[in-house]
Amino acid sequence: MPGDLRQGRIVIVGASLAGLRAAETLREEGFTGSLTVVGDEPYPPYDRPPLSKQVLLGKVAADATGLPMRRDPDAQWRLGVRATGLDPVGKRVLLADGQSLPYDRLLVATGTRARPWPDPREAALEGVFTLRTCDDAGCLAERLAAGPRRVLVIGGGFTGSEIASVCRERGLEVTVAERGAAPLVGALGGTLSKFAASVQRAHGVDLRCGVTVTALRGNGRFTGAELSDGSRVDADVCVVAMGAVRNVEWLADSGLAASSQGIACDAGCRAFDRYGIVTDDVFVAGDVARFPHPLFDYQMLSLEHWGNAVAQAEVAAHNMVSSGPLRRPHLAVPVFWSSQFGLNIKSVGVPTFSDEVVIAQGSLSDGRLVAVYGYRGRITAAVTINMAKWLEYYQGLIETAAPFPPGPGAADGRPLVAEFSVPSNVPDPKGLFHGPTVALTGHLPDYRLAVGRPAG
Amino acid sequence: MAVDTLLERITDYANRPDPYPLYAELRAAGVVRQTDGSYLVGTYSEIVALLHDPRISVDRRNLAAPYRGWVDEDQSVSFILLDDPEHYRLRSLAMRPFGPPHSPGRIDAMRGEIAGITEDLIEALDGRTRIDIVDDFAYPLPVTVICRLLGVPREDEPTFREWSAMIIDSVDIKPGEDPTGRQRAGGQARAEMGRYLVDLAEQRRGHPSDDMLSAFVNDTDPAGRLTREELATTAVLLFVAGHETTVNLITNGVLTLLRHPDQLDRLRHQPDLLPNAVEELLRYEPPVHLRPRTPLANIDVAGTTIPKGASLVLVTASGNRDPKRFRDPERFDPTRRDNQHLGFGSGVHICYGAPLARIEAQIALGALIPRLGTATLVQDPPPYRHNAMLRGPRHLPIEL
Repeated sequence: MPGDLRQGRIVIVGASLAGLRAAETLREEGFTGSLTVVGDEPYPPYDRPPLSKQVLLGKVAADATGLPMRRDPDAQWRLGVRATGLDPVGKRVLLADGQSLPYDRLLVATGTRARPWPDPREAALEGVFTLRTCDDAGCLAERLAAGPRRVLVIGGGFTGSEIASVCRERGLEVTVAERGAAPLVGALGGTLSKFAASVQRAHGVDLRCGVTVTALRGNGRFTGAELSDGSRVDADVCVVAMGAVRNVEWLADSGLAASSQGIACDAGCRAFDRYGIVTDDVFVAGDVARFPHPLFDYQMLSLEHWGNAVAQAEVAAHNMVSSGPLRRPHLAVPVFWSSQFGLNIKSVGVPTFSDEVVIAQGSLSDGRLVAVYGYRGRITAAVTINMAKWLEYYQGLIETAAPFPPGPGAADGRPLVAEFSVPSNVPDPKGLFHGPTVALTGHLPDYRLAVGRPAG
Repeated sequence: MAVDTLLERITDYANRPDPYPLYAELRAAGVVRQTDGSYLVGTYSEIVALLHDPRISVDRRNLAAPYRGWVDEDQSVSFILLDDPEHYRLRSLAMRPFGPPHSPGRIDAMRGEIAGITEDLIEALDGRTRIDIVDDFAYPLPVTVICRLLGVPREDEPTFREWSAMIIDSVDIKPGEDPTGRQRAGGQARAEMGRYLVDLAEQRRGHPSDDMLSAFVNDTDPAGRLTREELATTAVLLFVAGHETTVNLITNGVLTLLRHPDQLDRLRHQPDLLPNAVEELLRYEPPVHLRPRTPLANIDVAGTTIPKGASLVLVTASGNRDPKRFRDPERFDPTRRDNQHLGFGSGVHICYGAPLARIEAQIALGALIPRLGTATLVQDPPPYRHNAMLRGPRHLPIEL
């Protein structure tokens, strides 16, 4: 009965971007019942992309990135309280303060946290940081402003690279230790990662690739790190940028399909239970969700993207107050961006879902280009460097599964470049699909090739 | 009527006061080859797709021979008529003294000055009961602003006004007419105006003053220097664009508000709505209606193949009224949300001067609205300028 769906009790666990946008959308869609938003951080929803950029540069205060509200969601905010469990039969969310919240429908938007350095004693050294929250950013910005002699960044994904960029802009010496062959290789593949490496070196980054950090040293205070190649880096600040961990532990006993890869849900954001049966009262959105995407062979995608959090939250909220055929699928094409070393990098589609790549516009030597990725003869992604205004065109090609390589005719295409594609040098997606570590969950920014340790 | 005469009818001066029914006909007809061989596109999503398509060129030299008209191979052209990478290089250089990343505060810092110029113009209207919005207000305002911004003496207006008129006439779209004469005249006007502006700039070499011509010749970054020829074409473009479009935006604004007294009243009481109202004006009565392009390859648009080198006309003002994109598109609604209009275009050629035009229109209309309490249109529709591409009234007489 559609009328009833606009009433009742909705609880949203997660008070960040996805949680806020879902709350607003629920009201826009006419939900008049009670709405409660639970967040473990004590702050109202804030924006995270500026934390690794303007905040670390000292241009914006760490507590000044609050998200503008599109409308007052008229919600009860339970901030600074962690959700510790879920009783799906009694339909209650259990909170760390001992209380519990009854719900008729629940949205899980608990997102991710920074992957910590695996040795807790080393991680506790003064001067060792991770970067995920505004508190993290505030502390790190303060340390960078104090002028450390050298900063060690562990992990050359997007967050690690952005931190390195900030260090150079602040005139600080910085070493980046990256397990892969080059920075950003996990997200962009081999060709563009070589470009990223040359950009970092040209900006004075001490870039060490193909190495892992084996130990952090210090006596109370961080003084340096040992690398797997036997060398040692002396530094007084260390930022661990080894990707993210999904916040699913609180759902361990819930019976939902929650794993380290996220919470599986259908294209309408309804969570699966661990037998693969779809629920009708638990919805998922944002970084913590895994959802099937038809453009990518219905693979379960987990995206740590700002735009995905917004789009998926809107779909989830719509479906929470809509019944049957009125429900919508979440079909947004993944998009993300980064700014580092004076470059604007923007991506559409899934670059790791590829076997070939061509430069369709611009060139590596100009530092402005569009790289188009293909998989088995169709276009699956495009990445622009300082050419973001063309991205919409390639998004259309991805959405329509246009043939790869793209046809000639771009005004600034270099025919000799565009006609010849090269391997994109990402791990073969085919191999990944059936492997134990599910595929595209790691295509993302910070993740795959940072110093992470294999499970077990 | 036959859909292959739409371009003729849209550009026919008799239809200048109200081309919108023709745009509705165009959207219903889809992409149709016109009697002169051009292809017209008037639906929002197709226009947006084409504006982002790297196979679409703005360079007239890529037109197939029958459409090319008169092209002076020796005369270089400005970035509005160039594709990437040249377009990008020149536009970036032109942007250095105007906007981000090198001059992020430049336009915002002009608010006070623009408000002062506006006040002066309004004071001069004191005691008059009948005024021409164009000659008394909407024309002198942006011209004074662009003169100060570039560093051009306002008193030279009689000279440059003539050049500017010839230049915009030369780029207008007039199907079935041999363009050679006006294109040649436009080329000559461009050359003369270019020499005039370069001379002004050269006087400031080594004696920097706070204007853009001075910034162009005194830029200390070797990567940031325009050649003499590039300076000429760029300065001409900025100067002409700066004073032929904003006049339409302001005039169309006054006309639209006087046609919608309820909305005028609302804005008088809620001046906060003004920025949003200016966006709605850019959708509802944009200063620029048509943008010419040509494909570099055969391309399919909504089921029609447009051949390489064909003349392609994007009717952006029609896209602005596409009911598939905008709810109730024929309604002027200053509170409209989700208003991604095509008033400034889209893609890499999106209007360079948009931030300035926005501020000028907001300040101009904001200052004028309190004076329009009992104002009435003397003539509706007013007499229009000839140009079909840059559409706006030639005069807008009103009684105060």
